[in-house]
Amino acid sequence: MIKLKKNIALSESGFIFDPSTGDSYSVNQTGSEIIEYLKEGLSEDQITDKLKDTFDSDEEQLRKDLDDFLHHLRQLKMIENV
Amino acid sequence: MSEKLRYERPVIQKLNTGLMNKFGTNLDYSPIIEIEGIEVKKLIEEYGSPLFVLSENKIRKKYQHAVRTFSSRYPKVQFAWSYKTNYLNAICSVFHQEGSWAEVVSGFEYEKALANNVPGNKIIFNGPDKSNDDLKNAVIHNSMIHIDHLDELYCLIKLAKEINARPRVAIRVNMDTGVYPMWDRFGLNYENGQAWDALNKIQASGVLDLKGLHCHIGTFMLTPNAYGMAASKLADLAFRVQQKFGISLEYIDMGGGLPSSNNLKGAYLPGIDIIPSIDEFAEAIATGLINSPIRPEDLPTLIMESGRALVDEAGYLLGTVISNKRLSSGKRATIMDFGVNILFTSFWYNHKINPAQPTTDYLEDMEIFGPLCMNIDVIRESISLPPMKKGDQVVVQNVGAYNVTQWMQFITLRPNVVLIDSNAKAHIIRKKESTDYINSMELVPDHLKSFKL
Repeated sequence: MIKLKKNIALSESGFIFDPSTGDSYSVNQTGSEIIEYLKEGLSEDQITDKLKDTFDSDEEQLRKDLDDFLHHLRQLKMIENV
Repeated sequence: MSEKLRYERPVIQKLNTGLMNKFGTNLDYSPIIEIEGIEVKKLIEEYGSPLFVLSENKIRKKYQHAVRTFSSRYPKVQFAWSYKTNYLNAICSVFHQEGSWAEVVSGFEYEKALANNVPGNKIIFNGPDKSNDDLKNAVIHNSMIHIDHLDELYCLIKLAKEINARPRVAIRVNMDTGVYPMWDRFGLNYENGQAWDALNKIQASGVLDLKGLHCHIGTFMLTPNAYGMAASKLADLAFRVQQKFGISLEYIDMGGGLPSSNNLKGAYLPGIDIIPSIDEFAEAIATGLINSPIRPEDLPTLIMESGRALVDEAGYLLGTVISNKRLSSGKRATIMDFGVNILFTSFWYNHKINPAQPTTDYLEDMEIFGPLCMNIDVIRESISLPPMKKGDQVVVQNVGAYNVTQWMQFITLRPNVVLIDSNAKAHIIRKKESTDYINSMELVPDHLKSFKL
């Protein structure tokens, strides 16, 4: 299960603030949706399904990009594996 | 069912405050969907990716503008197309149709110019490496031979006597024009008297027909004054020739070296903001010549050998994203199907790259690599572009100069080159290479023809 770090603040315009480090980030729309789903506690499969419903792309591409995005979030220490 | 949103891969970027570029963010990433009326997608579908595209219209407009700019300041102007900049026959022919002579720097280029039906007396032969056969060929065709060094001068004197001809010659002069590094490897020096010495030797020989003076003071020059100084120095030499030998030289050839609007690596500002206009170069050169002691009726023809400034902006390289990966630092890396093998100029330019399909306004910092299995294959060390995925297409701008002459056939084949004419019709002007073509030039000795593995 993937868990987004507590207190991560996400604004509607894609601005992210991590109060524990003081770092801020920007995300594009797809990234913003994924972070919202992570906040809701959705799994990778569930997130892929949601993205599939919203965006014009195939599942393979979505899974590949989601996987890469989660890696990056991990590198930025924004998610923790439970 | 509601329509789905256009997909863009998810991107997150850390915001660094206090480290903003004082010149602002580059916002010029707008997609280039078509070139001269033809969709990029269609061009790639038909001719493959990567693909070089040149615009005939742009070349002609640029050339006509340059000629107008110089002709409005100086009475006699002649351009000579610099073959080494782009010697695809179709491109040379566009320049020749516009009235440009040919400027070549090797026996190979000389043969190309002749094959393009350029009259021999309209070919200028520069370069340090002219073999005896090259020189003989040029003498027979009555071309203008620009003597680069004394060995060539002695060789020509000998040749002229042997074949009983009178070669038309000029000397290449190098000089201090106030720019660093000073280009002193081509030709004979002005300040230390080598150039004057060579002119005296030419006249003393009695077998050479001295027609002009030539210089090539540098490349991608950003200082018009340097050209002004060079023009004054050449005019001074021409005047001294007139005074001593009583001959009015037919021409002064100022070489090339004018910049295009490309972005030089290491420059803070984009090329378009730092390069002087062609008007400034024309003004400096014309003033240098007109203000010299030469009488107005004796003013020589001004020859310009501009290459890059006339063709760079007419060239595009279309390519496709092969893959995206993340580097150990977390930075995005995008791998393209073109590398330094065909985009040789990426060694010294930060080429402008635009996506070829609609994108969002979100930008991602990335490094762009080519497909070669080599670490040096970097197209852009750092660029902000909208997120791209495998299969997306890009347009690299300002690649018309030096790429299709300096490209390498390394681990893969060189792609098609097309020219889009003024009626938005595309023509292949150099065919994509094939393995058979490459193999056709190789020979395997009999004892190596079989093996067991």
